[in-house]
Amino acid sequence: MPKPKIAFYWCASCGGCEEAVVDLAEDILGVVEAVDIVFWPVAMDFKKKDVEAMPDQSIVATLLNGAIRTSEQEEMAHLLRRKSQFLIAYGACAQLGGIPSLANQFSREQLLRYVYEETPTMVNDAKTRPQSTFQNNGHTVTLPEFRNVVRALDQVVGVDYYIPGCPPTPKITKAAVGALLEGKLPPKGGVLAPDIALCDQCPRKATKPTNVSFTEFKRPHTTHLDPGKCFLTQSVVCMGPATRGGCEAVCTRGNMPCSGCFGPTSRVRDQGAKMLSSLCANVASKDEGGISGILSGIPDPVGTFYRYGLAKSLLRRKVDLPTDGDRAKS
Amino acid sequence: MKHENSNGDVRIGFYICHCGANIAGTVDCPAVAAYAAKLPGVVVSRDYKYMCSDPGQELIQQDIREHRLSRVVVASCSPLLHEQTFRNACAAGGLNPFYFQMVNVREHDSWVHTDRAEATAKAKALAHAAIRRVRFHRALETAKVRIHPDVLVVGGGIAGIHAALTLGNAGKQVYLVEREPSIGGHMAKFDKTFPTLDCAACILTPKMSAVRSHQNITLWTCSEVVKVEGYVGNYTVTVKRKPRYVNEELCVGCQECIKACVFKEGKFPDEFNVGLSKRKPIYIPFPQAVPQVVLIDPERCIQVKTGRCKQTCLEACADRHAIDFTQKEQLVEIKVGNIIVATGFKLFDAKRIPQYGYGLYPNVVTSIELERLVTSSGPTAGDIVLRDGRTPKSVGFILCVGSRDLKTNRWCSRTCCMHSMKLAQLVREHTDADVTVFYMDIRAPGKGCEEFYDKSLKEGIQFVRGRVAEVTDWALAPEEEGKLVIRVEDTLAGFVRRIPVDMIVLAVGMEPQADAQEVRRLFNMSCGSEGWFLEKHPKLAPVSTFTDGVFIAGCCQGPKDIPDSIAQAGAAAAEALALIDKGYIEQEPNTAYIEEADCSGCKSCIPLCPYTAIAFDEAKQKATINAALCKGCGTCVAACPSGSIRQNLFEDEEIFSEIEGVLSYA
Repeated sequence: MPKPKIAFYWCASCGGCEEAVVDLAEDILGVVEAVDIVFWPVAMDFKKKDVEAMPDQSIVATLLNGAIRTSEQEEMAHLLRRKSQFLIAYGACAQLGGIPSLANQFSREQLLRYVYEETPTMVNDAKTRPQSTFQNNGHTVTLPEFRNVVRALDQVVGVDYYIPGCPPTPKITKAAVGALLEGKLPPKGGVLAPDIALCDQCPRKATKPTNVSFTEFKRPHTTHLDPGKCFLTQSVVCMGPATRGGCEAVCTRGNMPCSGCFGPTSRVRDQGAKMLSSLCANVASKDEGGISGILSGIPDPVGTFYRYGLAKSLLRRKVDLPTDGDRAKS
Repeated sequence: MKHENSNGDVRIGFYICHCGANIAGTVDCPAVAAYAAKLPGVVVSRDYKYMCSDPGQELIQQDIREHRLSRVVVASCSPLLHEQTFRNACAAGGLNPFYFQMVNVREHDSWVHTDRAEATAKAKALAHAAIRRVRFHRALETAKVRIHPDVLVVGGGIAGIHAALTLGNAGKQVYLVEREPSIGGHMAKFDKTFPTLDCAACILTPKMSAVRSHQNITLWTCSEVVKVEGYVGNYTVTVKRKPRYVNEELCVGCQECIKACVFKEGKFPDEFNVGLSKRKPIYIPFPQAVPQVVLIDPERCIQVKTGRCKQTCLEACADRHAIDFTQKEQLVEIKVGNIIVATGFKLFDAKRIPQYGYGLYPNVVTSIELERLVTSSGPTAGDIVLRDGRTPKSVGFILCVGSRDLKTNRWCSRTCCMHSMKLAQLVREHTDADVTVFYMDIRAPGKGCEEFYDKSLKEGIQFVRGRVAEVTDWALAPEEEGKLVIRVEDTLAGFVRRIPVDMIVLAVGMEPQADAQEVRRLFNMSCGSEGWFLEKHPKLAPVSTFTDGVFIAGCCQGPKDIPDSIAQAGAAAAEALALIDKGYIEQEPNTAYIEEADCSGCKSCIPLCPYTAIAFDEAKQKATINAALCKGCGTCVAACPSGSIRQNLFEDEEIFSEIEGVLSYA
């Protein structure tokens, strides 16, 4: 019997998710033994045309990480969707838009201008910007098109499962691959991680009293963090209450507050709004001046509460960005 | 949409009510019904003149049976008015009442719009939202909660007294809490009552004594409610009992201690006589005070303040040992099922209208000051005198002082016309003075009141129509010398007049108590924009509040006279009795609940609950909600960071489908 075919692909991501696969360490040998990896650009030499040549649905599962920002990524997402029985959004960027989708606060023009003209290290007197086609010595050179907004994978193609995390931990990756190989998958559309918030697994849970109210907010680098106490009781924003568990609380065990990478539970549409609602309701002051004083301890609310999920949140994008999300119209 | 069929095959009946012309005048009801008929799941769609009528309700029941309806949506008025009506109709038709959803196309639509096309479009959008939402409704049960039979009455004026007696006579245990040292309220200060001119004390004091001796009434004076927790049927109330430094059980009211006080004469303004007489640090508020127990003013008593008094009062009390300087403030917790708030009003401060000269000219007095002067037990034993002891030869009454005035209070205080005419007649009875009443309109609508007005006219009391511009002592003519001059435009005669008088009486209006806002919060009530406590419905629920089991009576709800206050007190007592005798209440099942498996135990919700309904289960490491305490406010539901708290009738699918319904209407 031939081994099931598996593909890995990356779109707008940092490469951490690829690392996460390698982080399976010696367990990866078991995976390699059990499957046939037919496409993995970061580690193996395959070309797009190899994939195009495969029969539709011949790949059992593609684990795709990264958000969709460019035309190339979109094209690959469609191609892999066609060739795969299961398309799995691997990691926070593919699942929710991830950190790249924080760019949805800005227009395409703002981003290109900043990156190619305004960053302190940029020397570009000609104000050259990347073009999708360029003529040089009679040759036409092309580059992928830079879209207006960043999208999560399921905002572009249908997705069967999600593996959360920035990056997903080796444990949930292994469990997901195991479930896939054994055919023990839950109903389609599910997130392959526990559906309870992080506090449930957090070793600091017991140290939180029932009457926390906030008189200030501090950022982790400005304060000495008690290694045993609930971060919220230390006035440090911890996204744990609004974030799906399953990571085994690696960050809080490492004395850093949860930043929310596993995304919301299945019951929540907007992780950031939920956390804001919970924190703000517990702000001690009841007058406007006092409240804004306390909230000034959170200088970047979008980056704090929507760090991994702006694309999939109810906010989605800056309000005046084109809603089609697709073509660049400049 | 993924939700579309998640609750099986539903059969929806949609009804839009014309409400006479209230809705149909602005909304094209047949068009809305025709639109709804085409929406998925709708099997019956009708418009009808009055859905709340018996035939309207019968229509719903019939359709449930004939068309096997599994959901009902009625577009009509506010759910506050008729949600229960239609839920009952559903139940009578054999459908769980919570498979019903109401759309408010009257208050939210026809009453607030004028454009027929747009109002109709809005009605359709709202109907679309409800039809999408109702699909997700679930069958719910109402829980029954036992009602504690005891009642708390707050305020010992005539309203509170009457409510307490009514309940006590019905065999219920009543706590009557009054912050002053005696019950009786404003009425105790009156000499006679309009329009019958019967003696106020003669009708009030028997009721006051009855309160004191009633075996079912616990009377706590010098006491204030400081905390209210719980919910209808099960309130826990904390009462602060301030020290009176006299043991109520031991004092017999002989008042020997008052005679013996080191202060030989009264030295401090007597509150009961509105400062017209003086009292000692140890005193009894007035002769008929209930309880008949003296008290010590801690701000004035040398012993309480410095501990260095000869304590002659102690000697006078001798072996009764009623005087107790060691008394401390006490907090007492009681359990009651219902609360009647009858905290009354305060009088308008006449100094706020400086042109009338109150506080500047000694012979400008308020109506309550004259009331005390007229009373035979008052500071002058019933003699109406000027500050210098002379009897006035002319008296002017200025009406609407702090009422019907955009600069102070806009409302009519309802009693001042009659009160002033009563005082005018008493002035005529007690003196030979000429009496002139300056009025804008005479309002005498009560039983026997117009006749009283006639009588006043016949008795030679002059009435001048016009708002008084100012009161001055600047004489411009010899006959004005030494008098107060009222300058007024006589709007019937059509010219400005100057009328000199000896005494001016300001008919001060009623205002909400200074601490009405704190009291409102304490009992979780609402206030109207003027500050009077808000009834649940101005016509249909005049003594109920938006908090179940909390009722209002008397002037705390708005200005009214004694008969109206007593009628309200009786009504409030009846409302409480109705709940008590039923024994239980059915609780709206719109409560929040926690999906235990989903809760991470983050405790974010616990401090947020205004009803302390959420606790942390240490064994399970999860939050739990006490459904009996939950009022369904939704605070925890919105704040639960992992979406693990849900709320009956406000499930996420219900709300989102409703929003999508409004937004996707085209």
